Amino acid sequence: MSTGFPADSVGLVQPRRIPIAQPLTLDCGRVLPQHELMVETYGTLNAAHSNAVLICHALSGDHHAAGFHDAQDRKPGWWDSCIGPGKPIDTNRFFVVSLNNLGGCQGSTGPSTVNPETGRPYGPDFPLLTVRDWVRSQALLADALGIGRWAAVVGGSLGGMQVMQWTIDQPERVAHALVIAAAPKLSAQNIAFNEIARQAILSDPDFHGGRFYDHGVVPTHGLKLARMLGHITYLSDEAMRAKFGRLQRVNQFSFNFDVEFEVESYLRYQGQSFVERFDANTYLLMTKALDYFDPAREHGDDLAAAFRRAQARFLVIAFSSDWRFSPQRSREIVRALVRAGRDVSYALIESTLGHDDFLMPIPQYQRVLRDYLDRVAREAGT
Amino acid sequence: MTRSAGAPPDLRPDLALLCDWIRPGSRILDLGCGDGALLSYLAEHRQVSGYGLEVDEDKVARCIKAGANVIQADLDDGLRDFDSGSFDYVVMNLALQALQRPDDAVTEILRVGRVGIVTFPNFGHWRVRAALAAGRMPVTPSLPDRWYDSPNIHLCTVDDFEDLCRQRGWRIIARRLLDRSHHEGARIRLAPNLFCEIALYMLQSPEPSA
Repeated sequence: MSTGFPADSVGLVQPRRIPIAQPLTLDCGRVLPQHELMVETYGTLNAAHSNAVLICHALSGDHHAAGFHDAQDRKPGWWDSCIGPGKPIDTNRFFVVSLNNLGGCQGSTGPSTVNPETGRPYGPDFPLLTVRDWVRSQALLADALGIGRWAAVVGGSLGGMQVMQWTIDQPERVAHALVIAAAPKLSAQNIAFNEIARQAILSDPDFHGGRFYDHGVVPTHGLKLARMLGHITYLSDEAMRAKFGRLQRVNQFSFNFDVEFEVESYLRYQGQSFVERFDANTYLLMTKALDYFDPAREHGDDLAAAFRRAQARFLVIAFSSDWRFSPQRSREIVRALVRAGRDVSYALIESTLGHDDFLMPIPQYQRVLRDYLDRVAREAGT
Repeated sequence: MTRSAGAPPDLRPDLALLCDWIRPGSRILDLGCGDGALLSYLAEHRQVSGYGLEVDEDKVARCIKAGANVIQADLDDGLRDFDSGSFDYVVMNLALQALQRPDDAVTEILRVGRVGIVTFPNFGHWRVRAALAAGRMPVTPSLPDRWYDSPNIHLCTVDDFEDLCRQRGWRIIARRLLDRSHHEGARIRLAPNLFCEIALYMLQSPEPSA
């Protein structure tokens, strides 16, 4: 019994590292003979194995989606607002699986883990990955956990892209697909932001062509800049205005480049705390996976043709203030699903924060998730 | 009674009448689908598949709870996300009069649907005329909103609507003119524009898609 945690929290959780022994052939042509995935699970798998829900994380996410790692933790997992007993993804009913994707930096095999062939971190030798590769890796994880078919696959942003890819590549293994704040592919503007983020990292002298581990340094400046840039795209203009406006720390211009405006302070803080927990090579890899994502590409650039393979029922959710992946991008997904004749519902959530709203406990958002997943749970017999 | 023998007692009578017009196994788009009652009923009892469009977030949530396919969208933004002839029926129940351009809406309905089903409250009903004759905006059982809080901005009479159909070449395949209890009757047959309260039309475009 966890003490001191809220009643609707999954409480103390422990990640575990699951070895995937099967070789994985990647889109780039290379083969990973084996890999490991860091995984957390919440709730109990039922006897029929019909109540499993997969959580796919976004760019900087990881396996720690809910609960606390120790009693002193100040912050719970990244989607704790949504996952827990009685919450929309109800751990009293579902067996929730959350992993750190292959290529990540929170314990799964990735650029910062040791390459068994060389005894040194992979660094730039780690292959670049695609969303399809992640789905392949996650399918092997499902095999390892004894899950034949997910009651639901759920994800926001880059996570939502994995959800779509699951329904196309593993149609018989997904009953319901919840695609949140996503896009069917990146726009030129999206790719442009990613490219600047990458250039910030690549041009940092401490990057050392990705072999910074060997030099005992971290490309702090580049990674920090990349995160600062990303953060701007996660927030709406309105949210930044409301949060910071033109507030200054001192009510006088200082005529230098120190932090003057509150928004500068915020971005620097976000950048700095990111550097402490994230790996630069993983950041590069994740942004490339985003850029490459385009499920219509193998279907004559026709997204509807891609979705004709899908068997899942879909719930697509967008946020009104999101300009990174705007509601219009979600409508493209919905249009393709309708053309493909798939079951789909689409909810547009009034919001103010921007892209990051997919992590927020907005009442209408939670209501829609809860009501949809209630039906999923009943269908799964829980 | 105009209600068909197969219509369920739990379905709103106006929706039950629409059901009679929809072939089992067909594909429909329900514009302004509310809580999804029509879609849910048709899916369950007539193997009809399809989607509803609804702008109100509370109703969208209720559709999702009911398990109906609902797409949150404003009808005034049109149906550009939908291919021509991609539905057997496009239904719009009691929403026409609340749109910016009802004429454009019907054109779109008949582009996307092989058949369009449109219903609206008749502004020619004698209660409406009586209120106006007395110098008042009508508040009637089928038009319960007051002038300042009514969503209705383009009300029309049965005769107005049929004029528009003639002008645009929309073919009226079937119509049902009903009182507010959803009955047809001798009075309505005698003077439809005076006694009809709710009008149901089944339409096709001038050039039917094959």
